Amino acid sequence: MRAPSPTDIAAGEVILAVENVSLAFGGVKALTDVSFDIKKGEVRAIIGPNGAGKTSMLNCINGFYHPTEGRITFRGKTRPKMRPYEAAAGGIARTFQNVALFKGMSTLDNIMAGRTLKMNKGFFWQVLRHGPAMAEEIEHRHFVEEIIDFLEIQHIRKVPVGKLPYGLQKRVELGRALAMQPEVLLLDEPMAGMNLEEKEDMCRFILDVSNQYGTTIALIEHDMGVVMDLSDRVVVLEYGRKIADGTPDEVKRDQAVIDAYLGVPH
Amino acid sequence: MTDATLTAKPALSPQQIRRIAWIAGPVLLVIVLTLLTRSGAIGPSDWTYKILVDPFVTMWSLPDLLIQTLWEGFVAGVLYALIALGFVLIFKASGVFNFAQGIMVVFAALSLIGFYEILVGRLGIPAGYAAAMVALIGALGIMLLLAVAVERIVLRPLVNQPDIIMLMATVGLSFFLTGFGELAFGGNPKVMITSALGLPTGSSSIDVPGGRINVQHLDVAAAVIATILIVSLGIFFQKTRIGRALRAVADSHKAALSVGISLNQIWIIVWFTAGIVALVTGIMWGARSEVSFALEVIALKALPVLVLGGFTSIPGAIVGGLIIGIGEKLGEFYWGPLMGGGIETWLAYIIALVFLLFRPQGLFGEKIIERI
Amino acid sequence: MFYRDAGQYKTSYAADMAIFPLRQDRVGIAVILLIAYLGVPLLAGDFAISTVMLPLMALVPAVIGLNILTGYTGLISLGSAGFMGVGAYACYKLTTLFPEVNILVWILCSGFFSAAIGVVFGLPSLRIKGLYLAVATLAAQFFLQWCFVRIPWLYNYNASGAIEVPLRTLFGIPITGPTAEVEVKYLVALTFVVILAWFASNLVHGRIGRSWMAVRDMDIAAELMGIRLLPTKLLAFAVSSFYCGVSGALFVFIYLGGAEAGTEFSIRLSFLILFAVIIGGLGSIIGSFFGAAFIVGLPTVLKFGLPTIGIPITGAVAEKVVLMIIGALTIFLLIVEPHGLARLWQIAKQKLRVWPYPY
Repeated sequence: MRAPSPTDIAAGEVILAVENVSLAFGGVKALTDVSFDIKKGEVRAIIGPNGAGKTSMLNCINGFYHPTEGRITFRGKTRPKMRPYEAAAGGIARTFQNVALFKGMSTLDNIMAGRTLKMNKGFFWQVLRHGPAMAEEIEHRHFVEEIIDFLEIQHIRKVPVGKLPYGLQKRVELGRALAMQPEVLLLDEPMAGMNLEEKEDMCRFILDVSNQYGTTIALIEHDMGVVMDLSDRVVVLEYGRKIADGTPDEVKRDQAVIDAYLGVPH
Repeated sequence: MTDATLTAKPALSPQQIRRIAWIAGPVLLVIVLTLLTRSGAIGPSDWTYKILVDPFVTMWSLPDLLIQTLWEGFVAGVLYALIALGFVLIFKASGVFNFAQGIMVVFAALSLIGFYEILVGRLGIPAGYAAAMVALIGALGIMLLLAVAVERIVLRPLVNQPDIIMLMATVGLSFFLTGFGELAFGGNPKVMITSALGLPTGSSSIDVPGGRINVQHLDVAAAVIATILIVSLGIFFQKTRIGRALRAVADSHKAALSVGISLNQIWIIVWFTAGIVALVTGIMWGARSEVSFALEVIALKALPVLVLGGFTSIPGAIVGGLIIGIGEKLGEFYWGPLMGGGIETWLAYIIALVFLLFRPQGLFGEKIIERI
Repeated sequence: MFYRDAGQYKTSYAADMAIFPLRQDRVGIAVILLIAYLGVPLLAGDFAISTVMLPLMALVPAVIGLNILTGYTGLISLGSAGFMGVGAYACYKLTTLFPEVNILVWILCSGFFSAAIGVVFGLPSLRIKGLYLAVATLAAQFFLQWCFVRIPWLYNYNASGAIEVPLRTLFGIPITGPTAEVEVKYLVALTFVVILAWFASNLVHGRIGRSWMAVRDMDIAAELMGIRLLPTKLLAFAVSSFYCGVSGALFVFIYLGGAEAGTEFSIRLSFLILFAVIIGGLGSIIGSFFGAAFIVGLPTVLKFGLPTIGIPITGAVAEKVVLMIIGALTIFLLIVEPHGLARLWQIAKQKLRVWPYPY
């Protein structure tokens, strides 16, 4: 369904590398000297106690925050300051901790908004609407409808997203990110606030995305069961520093991680 | 990219470089302009001279004129700060930008004059201080009534609505009060009862280097009264229990309700206080010129003041008011003739706009760090 | 019973995405157009047309323009009247400099001048948001108003500062100027409005409209999805100012027949247009029509309706009462339905769908 986008990175090679990244807001050090990499096609979990800097890390990858030190290399290109628009155009999509949907629009419109980068009929055609612009809308509507089928949200297509329950909003947000056909999908606590059934659904969707489309996924999550089951590799942050990096089993047994979560004073 | 590129840290951080540029830039400009003028490369008919050199030369050579202009600007600035204060009060305490503040100024002043006329004209009370004081109490009463009415009819039903809705409600209120005021008091300009209120009139000449300046006693009184008002309100907000409750309400209606703060009471207090400020403002502005509905447009000038000083800062209102007031007067007097005059109508906004481009949160606003 | 979508199945995405998906809506629009083009000129009197329909047609594009900027893109603007003035004076200069070109062309071109100036004053929107941006638009409003008075070239050095609309024809029929017939002027303005509204509707239902709404709802997320903020906002300013410019040209050339020096396009008018947008409904093209009808119709109804039911009211008093009622109604509407008349219209249609059942 999705044509494999031409990319010079083969599955299993590093697609995103974070090197010695530090981020400070005035006196607050959000991240200190963090380095890790993400391989193409894998599911990489970023975990850690609250305030560890996980969301800040995603924001740096997105280009929303600019690291004060260090650099991020994506698909072989290192950008000193990546603008969010460039990240999106380069193939990075994300969801947010606090659902950042466009509350004034319907589900369908929100997901169609995700296709904006792929739509290029100019202003003149948009003013006329009938003709090439309409053809483009229909073409992308096909694609969006497939995503809607995949996420099983057909029944809320035309509902304004502000009216949806929280769990469905998160699903719509995932759909919007998928609409961008990203190389790398950043998910910030996609299962926060969900009950068991919703969590299982979301896990299934994430696994399907990874298996069917080969999308690389970076995932922030607090539920340890989900992390251990879903992810290929895990990186653990605490107080802005990396304290462990490896497979879920390795990380589970790491003493520093256990201490961080149990709160051993140090 | 290879690994470990050792880059020597630059000797100065980007911020330091920027600061040095800000100081060195204008200094260099002044030096260059002086050299060009002295050598005769640019003369009085060149536009560079007219814009960048001539006004400053005029300022320097006629210092008394400069001091006069600065004084006028100062007084105007203080009065702008007063108007801005009314906005700040309501915004600080209820999170609402009260577009009707301007018309409240006019309304308060008109009520005062109206009461006085009734007392002196209809009831035959002798004109003078006593009558003015009674009229003052009457006007305050009207502002209290207005505060209660606004709280009941406008604020209570709209609690928790988004900001744009509250803003539009106050615009609607301003339209309503304008129509009502014109109907009740007539549309003609009125004269403020300055002497009856005990405000000084007349002016003095003061000797300054270069000549003399003319200072209106009323202006001095206005500045003093405004300062007292601003300072007392500042203390009120910081030190008293009610002030704390006001700040709580400004942060979050829901949270304030949940700790037992009575929103209704707070709002009545705030709008009444803003009404007092509006009355004082109306008296001062009205005494300097006349009281007409054109004052409402002057109230719009408070917006650049607020932009500079921040919407919730009382000292910011003062600083913003002074910058706008002095900047406007200087601009109109020294650069205005170059453009055909009348630039006071828009100069304040352009000044604010230029500031905003460098500091989008205004001078006193908090730097907006968006969290997602 | 009559207004139902039962039996109307959409078999293609194109049908589903149509702007008027219900057959009854399409019929309704056709009927309205019929009434507008045939009914009004034939049945309504000259007076009704010149006092109500002409200013309505002239103002609707401005309300649509401001709705695009404030309703769809979320950028508060208090400078609409200034941009209207740019259009009006641009049209005046163009037609006095090149009288042989058809006036309709110049009315359309004047919009581009407005759009250019709108983009310039929209540049600060990159860094400035919300109420602070209103300051930039206020700067535009007051500065432009100053220009209309202090740049004599704009009004051809006329001593009084006023401009008068010259006679212009289309296929030999006068459409502007003192000899033009009211019905002709109305039809010209109506055609402009229909075409402009159609364009606006197309825009807001497509990719560009979604980008605007995304910027309004959550600009950070929009940016992270690849929607570039500055071009999107500037486009909103450009389109909005274009509409305001054409509206201003229509206002002076079709409705007023002339303009006083600098007083026509004041901050009062900017506020009135903002009112129309809010009362009509933010983010709704049909709401723009409702809102414009409200601010044009209400004064007329009061001025002429009240005396006919026995309340003697002079013109001057009527104006003040109108202000009061506009203000009070705004507050009332905001309490009852913050989304404006357009939402009330939608609710009415919903109720009509299930009529005669209550729900």
